[in-house]
Amino acid sequence: MLARRNPQLNSHGELIHLLSIEGLPRAILTQILDTAGTFLSVNDRDVKKVPLLRGKSVFNLFFENSTRTRTTFEIAAKRLSADVINLDIAKSSASKGESLLDTIANLSAMHADMFVVRHSESGAPYLIARHCAPHVHVVNAGDGRHAHPTQGLLDMYTIRHYKKSFHELTVAIVGDIVHSRVARSDIHALTTLGVPEIRAVGPKTLVPGDLREMGVRVCHDMREGVKDADVIIMLRLQNERMSGAMLPSAGEYFKSYGLTEDMLALARPDAIVMHPGPINRGVEIDSRVADGSHSVILPQVTFGIAVRMAVMSILAGNDA
Amino acid sequence: MKILIRNGRVVDPASGRDEIADVAVAAGRIVAIGRVPPDFTPERTLLADGCVVAPGLVDLAARLKEPGPGALESELAAAAAGGVTSLVCPPDMDPPLDEPGLVDMLKFRARKLSRCRLFPLGALTHRLAGVELTEMIELTEAGCVGFSQAEYPVKDNLTLMRAMQYASTRGYAVWLRPQDPSLSAGVAASGAVATRLGLSGVPVVSETIALHTILELVRQTSARVHLCRLSSAAGVELVRRAKAEGLPVTADVSINSLHLTDVDIGYFNSDMRLTPPLRQGKDRDALRAGLADGTIDALVSDHTPVGNDDKMLPFGEAVPGATGLELLLSLALKWGTESRLSLAQTLARVTSEPVRVLGEALGSLGQSAGRLVEGGVADICVFDSEAEWQVTPDALRSQGKHTPFDATSSGTRMPGRVRHTLVAGTLAYSAELARSSDATSA
Amino acid sequence: MTNLLLDAEQLYGELRAGVGRLMTPDTVLVGIWSGGAWLAQRLNADLKTDRPVGTISSTLHRDDFGERGLGAVEATTSLPFEIDGARILLIDDVVASGRTIRAVVNELFDYGRPASVELAVLVDRGGRELPIAPVFAAAKLTLPASQRLSLARGTDGRFTFAVKESA
Repeated sequence: MLARRNPQLNSHGELIHLLSIEGLPRAILTQILDTAGTFLSVNDRDVKKVPLLRGKSVFNLFFENSTRTRTTFEIAAKRLSADVINLDIAKSSASKGESLLDTIANLSAMHADMFVVRHSESGAPYLIARHCAPHVHVVNAGDGRHAHPTQGLLDMYTIRHYKKSFHELTVAIVGDIVHSRVARSDIHALTTLGVPEIRAVGPKTLVPGDLREMGVRVCHDMREGVKDADVIIMLRLQNERMSGAMLPSAGEYFKSYGLTEDMLALARPDAIVMHPGPINRGVEIDSRVADGSHSVILPQVTFGIAVRMAVMSILAGNDA
Repeated sequence: MKILIRNGRVVDPASGRDEIADVAVAAGRIVAIGRVPPDFTPERTLLADGCVVAPGLVDLAARLKEPGPGALESELAAAAAGGVTSLVCPPDMDPPLDEPGLVDMLKFRARKLSRCRLFPLGALTHRLAGVELTEMIELTEAGCVGFSQAEYPVKDNLTLMRAMQYASTRGYAVWLRPQDPSLSAGVAASGAVATRLGLSGVPVVSETIALHTILELVRQTSARVHLCRLSSAAGVELVRRAKAEGLPVTADVSINSLHLTDVDIGYFNSDMRLTPPLRQGKDRDALRAGLADGTIDALVSDHTPVGNDDKMLPFGEAVPGATGLELLLSLALKWGTESRLSLAQTLARVTSEPVRVLGEALGSLGQSAGRLVEGGVADICVFDSEAEWQVTPDALRSQGKHTPFDATSSGTRMPGRVRHTLVAGTLAYSAELARSSDATSA
Repeated sequence: MTNLLLDAEQLYGELRAGVGRLMTPDTVLVGIWSGGAWLAQRLNADLKTDRPVGTISSTLHRDDFGERGLGAVEATTSLPFEIDGARILLIDDVVASGRTIRAVVNELFDYGRPASVELAVLVDRGGRELPIAPVFAAAKLTLPASQRLSLARGTDGRFTFAVKESA
């Protein structure tokens, strides 16, 4: 029952699936970030396409809807000259329909080379990676609360772009961390890349104590959380949290944990503000901060395409 | 048939017997242990050199339903292969065991198979819906040894109290899973692992709040309650204090909770999707200590066969449960060795102690089930305690091939191999016969 | 192991003379990473072109991506001038099958439409698999297919050749 080989790596330690940042050595994360830099320049050329994945079929399997993420993966795959097929398999609880593994088997029979998977259940991409044909690469585009590795990577790319080094940073992640796959991926990436101080900020219902075991400092006070921070990552607050008795109201949340200009003033003068999107103005972040000079929310999107191109091309170049 | 079991190490936890002796069986009973009369002419002799001759195992929790047809046949055959001669099955069959007719039929079919004695638990409420009481007297006369809600909640505490009051009128035992319905919706145990993996958690208070409620109602009603599948250190401590207080409660723990923790979920291995969920190391340690000191009375397999379609799903969607009948003996021995207990102390937890939990419900059978006594029933398990085996789907007779102890990739070996199982003096399983029949049918 | 018959510095001298004859006032030098890039940088300085020098990588257009994967991450393209209408002279250390040149030309055309593209190399070792021809090669020679020839640059900036047996 104990440790098997990390299913993301082949026997040479090369990346064949991207399922989670956890368990990936620092060298692989760095490789992805460095490669992303190359692809960033592709986006500035007249011809924004390179033939690396030409002839390859990338299937976007979104069991959970997300037009934003699916679109960026589609753009990234097309810039690599791949053929992209989108499958929106919305899960309906009323009709179970085809099983997950049957769907995968059928698609493998259609000569898929890469699956980009988003699913509402934590761990689903691992099941897919275990059962798809050996040459197929799986990219996790978000599984339940567990991981969103490409988002984690593009967040790291963003931090490296503005801050150069990870080694002396204080990073605060604010919001609904217990339900956030982005937060988990960010935390794993930040710890692997050597960020010394990572703070998880929010009320106890959203930031439980056992997050400490992941290597973060838990702060229930926003002022303490953002003080002298170099990077502030704001997370989206979903409506379900109010109906699930975790928070009384968005208004009260904004008062204690919203990122306003006053709160931002407690951070370092050159702090950057990040957000995976989509932002809820006036709920977790003040409009003026979201649009202000510290915000790097829009560049994150651009970096996201380059990072996804890097991930796909690294995977496509490695054998199982 | 007259059977002679020769030269085995006879271990009977109830009496403390532990010696090399022959055992003579005739007409379904043990006629002699040691001092076998010279004119006893057996029709079959089982050579038990180097083996242990123990009472047949008594498993207080084994489900016999699904995934495929012929489940009763295959699962009772699995029981026999695991050395289990009596098992208690929960009422969550399809349909639930809430009518005497259903119980009659189940017992009838099981008796015909002659593999293992079957003691069903009756449903505490109609359809297990948690609202209306079942006819407990009728169900007991049909053969139920207690009443249970399986994994389903009772509508509210008032209903639970009434059910316990009614059951206690005749001294019937109520078997309850201590889990608070609103707190037990998660798929893994709350803690660092669930948080890291992004799995919804079941906090320990789900078990302790339910235990407090149940124990208060026991104090109120004096109902006899058996607590099923403890999972936490806090839960063990509550039961320890309840017993010290003199409350009429007993408890069991599953082979899974006894050996595994949440860390074993690994990369979302659905074979680890269980209820109760696997908790942390300190909980496992407390369960092991609790089973050793008697706070927990019995070790059960919690056998739940789950088919591929229901297991090869993302962790949170997989049906909880694992196969266990064929692993009960090995995992008991493993725990016993690791806890430095004697073989008799170890085996007690799967033989004489489960029988004591069942108490009067077994009727006259209770006098000799779970033991080796001259004149008592010949429910016997002969096993090689030194032999090892690997748990792989091919090695299992159960239709349920999913178990956390699957050795296909880990290569883990388990101690203890059953050689022969006798139920009421009939050979229900024999390893040699099994091997040769596998060969001929191959 | 250095092939003593090939003196890289001597050949560089001949390349410099040959490139000098090819240069026009508009020509821009673009070196192919990594050996070609070193050569182009030194040529650009020695010939005093007072124009920027470009570096180009074949990474994104190679035809062996399926077998080799992405190459070194440091191999990047940097072209600090307008490509549309440019007269480009590609510089590389060794040309063999011509596939690297093909990939580099594709890369170049991602940036714009040059007026012309020519190629000058230090060594042409033959074995062409594509219709690619340098207008100047300082040396033409044949090597066994198993030997890989590439340029090395010392800490003092001097060039030498490295010959490796490939597996």
